[in-house]
Amino acid sequence: MLKFLKPALIALGLFAVIATPVVAGKLGIGREATPAEIKGWDIDVRPDGQGLPEGKGTVETGEELFQEKCAACHGEFAEGVDRWPVLAGGQDTLDSDRPVKTVGSYWPYLSTAYDYIFRAMPFGDAQSLSPDEVYALLAYILNMNDLVDDDFELSKSNFLTVRLPNEKNFIDDPRPDTPILAQKKPCMENCKTTVEITGRARIVDVTPDGEKGSN
Amino acid sequence: MAGTPKKTNISRRGFLSSAVAGSAALVAGSNPLQAANPENMAPNVPDWSRYLGAGVAEQPYGMPSEFEKQVIRRNVPWLTASTESSVSFTPIHELDGIITPNGVCFERHHAGIAMVDPADHRLMINGLVDKPMMFTMEDLKRFPRVNKIFFLECAANSGMEWRGAQLNGCQFTQGMVHCVEYTGVPLKYILEEAGVKTNAKWLMPEGADAAAMNRSLPLEKALDDCLVAFKMNGEALRPEQGYPLRLVVPGWEGNLWIKWLRRIEVGDMPWQAREETSKYTDLMEDGTSRRFTWVMDAKSVITSPSPQAPITHKKGHTVISGLAWSGRGLIDYVDITLDGGKNWRRARIDGLRLPKALHRFYYEFDWDGSPLLLQSRAVDETGYVQPTKDELRTVRGTSSIYHNNGIQTWHVQENGQVENVEIS
Repeated sequence: MLKFLKPALIALGLFAVIATPVVAGKLGIGREATPAEIKGWDIDVRPDGQGLPEGKGTVETGEELFQEKCAACHGEFAEGVDRWPVLAGGQDTLDSDRPVKTVGSYWPYLSTAYDYIFRAMPFGDAQSLSPDEVYALLAYILNMNDLVDDDFELSKSNFLTVRLPNEKNFIDDPRPDTPILAQKKPCMENCKTTVEITGRARIVDVTPDGEKGSN
Repeated sequence: MAGTPKKTNISRRGFLSSAVAGSAALVAGSNPLQAANPENMAPNVPDWSRYLGAGVAEQPYGMPSEFEKQVIRRNVPWLTASTESSVSFTPIHELDGIITPNGVCFERHHAGIAMVDPADHRLMINGLVDKPMMFTMEDLKRFPRVNKIFFLECAANSGMEWRGAQLNGCQFTQGMVHCVEYTGVPLKYILEEAGVKTNAKWLMPEGADAAAMNRSLPLEKALDDCLVAFKMNGEALRPEQGYPLRLVVPGWEGNLWIKWLRRIEVGDMPWQAREETSKYTDLMEDGTSRRFTWVMDAKSVITSPSPQAPITHKKGHTVISGLAWSGRGLIDYVDITLDGGKNWRRARIDGLRLPKALHRFYYEFDWDGSPLLLQSRAVDETGYVQPTKDELRTVRGTSSIYHNNGIQTWHVQENGQVENVEIS
């Protein structure tokens, strides 16, 4: 009897371990979100313009606002301060040894900058800018990247006409891009005749404060 | 009370020597061996064997022993402009098994740790759905839930090592990874309540923090194995891991695992958010960039011995311990070499083997005290072979920052100290 039961119990046990709950259809949990709630939280902007609010702003107003709200970290000319992000320049550096990735040199879509600035900037005072302010800041950043003239005004209506130069240089993920098992079996014995140390970790101060001594 | 029972006094000397040992291990050339207090050694009887210890609930929420103070997250101050938008690293050199304790799971925030009151937290589903929905935390706990163990690795883990060996310690070179058991609801059940329209292809999960972190996630992945989790290792998510709600995207880069999850928009194209264009794209040598590089390739590292965990017992029987993982599923096997890749031998994977989770491996051997060049190489169930760093550099150059899963080399010196090196 026991002999008969044991495999059955094991089978049941395994079933219990791997089974995922089966849900057929809606469970009636939650409630409908109201239009007002969605309006308050639906802040994203896409490359096709979906999500862009009405508004406009010039390079000139953007410059003033940038000095007030952004320059402390990003520099007067969007050149970046200390380790804070550089927003302008860097054109023709991407294939160099020290690439500089900015809105002008690297970012593929202007909508990304709109989306990001409103949701996350100024750092520590997010979602505080008006649409006109975001358009103006973008106009100034484009101008600092030599992508628009000094008298340019960015608005919802001309937004999609602005294309960033690096858009075409993004490609889909081609991995795996190193030999897999089917192509090359890893060597196990006598794989090399000599081995030399070619580099050592630089002595850098990775020890945080409080680690030296008694905590 | 008849006679005051004396409580154990943890000797200051013992505590200090332990803390010093922790920091000494970071400094090459010093001996991390703890000096034992002779008063506690046989034939003497130490205080803890004689006097009463602390009573129950003295620490309502228990903490590790005072002698484990060195087992902490650390950051690298020069790496980022502020601690609010920065990263700390898991002390993987001090851990064993596959589960990372909640308090030492690495952190990556973009606008600091949001302190969210769960009573005021909501998850909104909107966009291409039949009915936009709003869920409370209580609502989410009425869905059928599952428990799953997954690793979470930052795409930038080992990112500082592209141009060469830089940091002495696997905490810094491979420590942007952790592995915990999540309790949560399959995302597909929540989407089902809203009714996803037939032209929907993408989701945009978004956080409630001051970065409102957002990423585009293919609907196919969401329906496959993504979870909306509220617990880790049995307890509520830690604030720094997204309390009260985070997205779990098994096997894919950590940045997608949106913390403080407040909204998921359903759409028909990717959003091209800042974190999937200006960041988390991989710049190649020719100036082109790879986008949507989501999956974390197979990777492994020897966690002990390592620069922060030197061999302290001199020659003799020695345990090598390490971690391996793959975003594509199970690790099939791990090989290790003692001689810089001339000869390899199979390591022993011990404990749970679960897809898209950390695997723990060991290799035991009799160390003759001569210098070693240790490496580990993982192969996953899809036949993906962990490449060397040079193989990666040949294909990608050195500017890509992300997805460096190359083989790590540790140089063990005769005195047991370990340094991060690169070899021919």
